Amino acid sequence: MKAYLTRRYMFSASHRLHSKGMSDAENRETYGKCNNPHGHGHNYSLEVTVSGQVQSATGMVCNRMELDDFVGREILQKFDIQNLNLLPQFVDDVPTTENLCIALYDILQRGFTGAHLERVRLEETMMNSFEYAGGAEIRP
Amino acid sequence: MVYLTRKAEFSASHYYHNPDLTPEENQRIFGKSGNPNGHGHNYTLEVTVKGEVDSRSGFVVDLKKLKEILNREVLDALDHRFLNKEVPEFSRQIPTTENLAIAIWQRIQPKLQNAQLHRVRVYESPNLFVDFYGKA
Repeated sequence: MKAYLTRRYMFSASHRLHSKGMSDAENRETYGKCNNPHGHGHNYSLEVTVSGQVQSATGMVCNRMELDDFVGREILQKFDIQNLNLLPQFVDDVPTTENLCIALYDILQRGFTGAHLERVRLEETMMNSFEYAGGAEIRP
Repeated sequence: MVYLTRKAEFSASHYYHNPDLTPEENQRIFGKSGNPNGHGHNYTLEVTVKGEVDSRSGFVVDLKKLKEILNREVLDALDHRFLNKEVPEFSRQIPTTENLAIAIWQRIQPKLQNAQLHRVRVYESPNLFVDFYGKA
């Protein structure tokens, strides 16, 4: 029996949306308030969805403690209470929530072996959220 | 095709233990959740059905009937119960959120008429939920 398990994590970080490829005027026009030179912050809510057959010995798709350990070590410790613009992932890329969502998916996809990664959903505020499944359609 | 979701809440206790594993393996896999005295959660259940909108009623499904099925098949059986001891499915299976979602699907799927069950989502807490879309 295939099931999908989703775990939610919270972290807070600051960022500034500013593209090196644009003039200052273009940046202000494109990113508005998010281009404020001093940056600003959000409480991010990260949802990680994994899928797989429910194993009869454990009743689980994925051991939650293993997932918590991985996310704690590889994501929360590195992103929580940080300035995203200073992180290696955003040397070239603008730390939009789209790019952050993709970066977090890539960390999980590369490093987490406990279950099949289905998708990552990231809420920047209660009013917006982003989902990424490695470029695939979100299903089912 | 329209999708309709009905929400329900129940509270229950459980613990995780596999008698085929050693105590050390149980501890390693299940950690605190293996305490045999159990612990509890406030579960939120979301049942999504899908179907065409009936031209006479404007409904995908009669919500009153869906609610009755959820009350009878799920809440009466699970709410304020110790899942391991009082729910037959869990005399053999471990009452993880995964197995709970599957058990709820199997309880309500045969009772639904007209509408097709699309998804069962069970929140163990706001930070953990499982989706089940049927046998696959």
